[in-house]
Amino acid sequence: MFTLRTVLRAALIGALTGSPLAVAQDGPGLGIPASAEEVAAWDLTIAPDGIGLPPGSGDARRGAEVYALQCIACHGAEGSGQPSARLVGGHGSLAGDAPVKTIGSYWPYATTVFDYIRRAMPLTQPQSLSNDDVYAVTAYLLHLNGIIDDDDVMNAETLPRIEMPNRNGFIVAYPTLRD
Amino acid sequence: MSKADDGHTLEAVAANGLLHRRAFLRGASVGGAAALSFMVAQNAAAQVSATPPWMVVPGRGMEPYGNRSAFESHVVRSVSAEPGTVGTGASRTPHEHLEGVITPSALHFERHHSGIPNIDPDQHKLLIHGLVERPLFFDLATLSRYPLVSRIQFLECSGNGRANIGSAPEQATAGGLHGLLSCSEWTGVPLSILLDEAGVAPQARWVAAEGGDSAAMVRSVPLDKILDDAIVAIGQNGERLRPGNGYPMRLFLPGWEGNASVKWLRRLKVTLEPVMARDETSKYTDLQPDGRARMFTFPMGVKSLITSPSGEQRMFGPGLYQISGIAWSGAGRIRRVDVSADGGRTWGEAELTEPVLSKSMTRFRIPWRWDGGAVILQSRAVDETGAAQPTRDALLSERGLKFNYHYNAIQSWAVTAAGEVGNVYA
Repeated sequence: MFTLRTVLRAALIGALTGSPLAVAQDGPGLGIPASAEEVAAWDLTIAPDGIGLPPGSGDARRGAEVYALQCIACHGAEGSGQPSARLVGGHGSLAGDAPVKTIGSYWPYATTVFDYIRRAMPLTQPQSLSNDDVYAVTAYLLHLNGIIDDDDVMNAETLPRIEMPNRNGFIVAYPTLRD
Repeated sequence: MSKADDGHTLEAVAANGLLHRRAFLRGASVGGAAALSFMVAQNAAAQVSATPPWMVVPGRGMEPYGNRSAFESHVVRSVSAEPGTVGTGASRTPHEHLEGVITPSALHFERHHSGIPNIDPDQHKLLIHGLVERPLFFDLATLSRYPLVSRIQFLECSGNGRANIGSAPEQATAGGLHGLLSCSEWTGVPLSILLDEAGVAPQARWVAAEGGDSAAMVRSVPLDKILDDAIVAIGQNGERLRPGNGYPMRLFLPGWEGNASVKWLRRLKVTLEPVMARDETSKYTDLQPDGRARMFTFPMGVKSLITSPSGEQRMFGPGLYQISGIAWSGAGRIRRVDVSADGGRTWGEAELTEPVLSKSMTRFRIPWRWDGGAVILQSRAVDETGAAQPTRDALLSERGLKFNYHYNAIQSWAVTAAGEVGNVYA
């Protein structure tokens, strides 16, 4: 069934070891099956199509409150930056001599904002925010960048539909792997 | 042509004193040739006793885990953390102090996005899931029972050398400028074996790798790379990984930008498309002059670096030297390295020190008679695909000033008549 992969693997192992014995080696098959519940608990991935987004919702008004408590110390008032990354502005700057890369000017997908905040922020206490608060802060940052209104509600349905300003600003350098 | 003191002919191969690469190897006595990489500050007035103190008392006892000589404590990484953080930042390998191609594990560069986690291997598992028939967990003890492979290969951050994009040359050491590069013997399990066990669905094309640090950093990697030569590394230079390099397990992608070799690997999700994580969209994308950016620019280009003499070192004075440096390419083996002592007008071929391995660092050396005048030293590598290292001017003409990643241009070191070595654009 997976002929190509099998051939690739045999070639790989042969090339690595130069040993005909190794070509016949399969792994010892020691992987421990993971249940659907375990996979769901471990899986933090959110794709651009929104798969993986959890229940919950929030808007920019609520997000401003969360930001003031959790984010402002590193990212400054209204995402202006310092000491950490600037999050707002820079629109239209990428083609100039002093590009300012922010969520609004550079990030191609709104889902990535939610994904990154949920897994990595706030720096000193990642994965501590509720899903509602992550949606709310995401909405606030999108609003500060002029992408949504302050009462637009972000949730698993609305967030993947956001068209980011720089959505078409990227060129995939790696050869496409689609058949 | 010039004559060494004992009369052996030393063949000049390029301007300003570059000699045939095998002048030393042929047995010609060229005593006094100096390498600056292992140089230590010497007190010329120090008297060496015929009976030093350590010959008249027994030495100290043995130690279970060895330490280097206290007299080598100046050989350290340069460490910088971003403002407001303890562990977000980078440490750079001090190549100006090293020889050969193996980077000591304690001097391997590190780039962290939220510090170094202190992972108990009994509390760490790798989950492989997504477009697979059987989602599976693997732990360190389990992986250690799989067929292991070991390969000596480099790892380089794609931001390495970016300081030289700047309009004025930054004065720093070779490691300060290009130290986000190291080379180790990596031991691990080919991922093709683990994915085969999980049963990859035919439509799968990408694998999202996630780290177990507090950044839970993610990169999407094409499945064909994963099946080609990727490993889950569990060993580095014969021992377990260092915590700063992913203990207890990391992804290792030979020849590709270091960020994609996710440390503290905890999860591999097989997917149809890239997940477009923060570190493959807002970071590690190469901005072009027109404002668009290239993404998934994985392979590291062919590059070389003279490490001796190099920035902030001082020459001993006119005489014979051994120029020494490193070359590497994400596309395979280094085929050739040429060295210039006149800013790139004439070139002499350097000797490549065996072994010359694929996607590894290769040491090159060439003898050089410095007459004490001002010169500009350069090295230029060509890999087995024929790709040649570009000049800085050529690279910037092609890619602009904003690309920030994958800078692989020729490094120029100016040696002044006073014997000072510094970074210049030439």
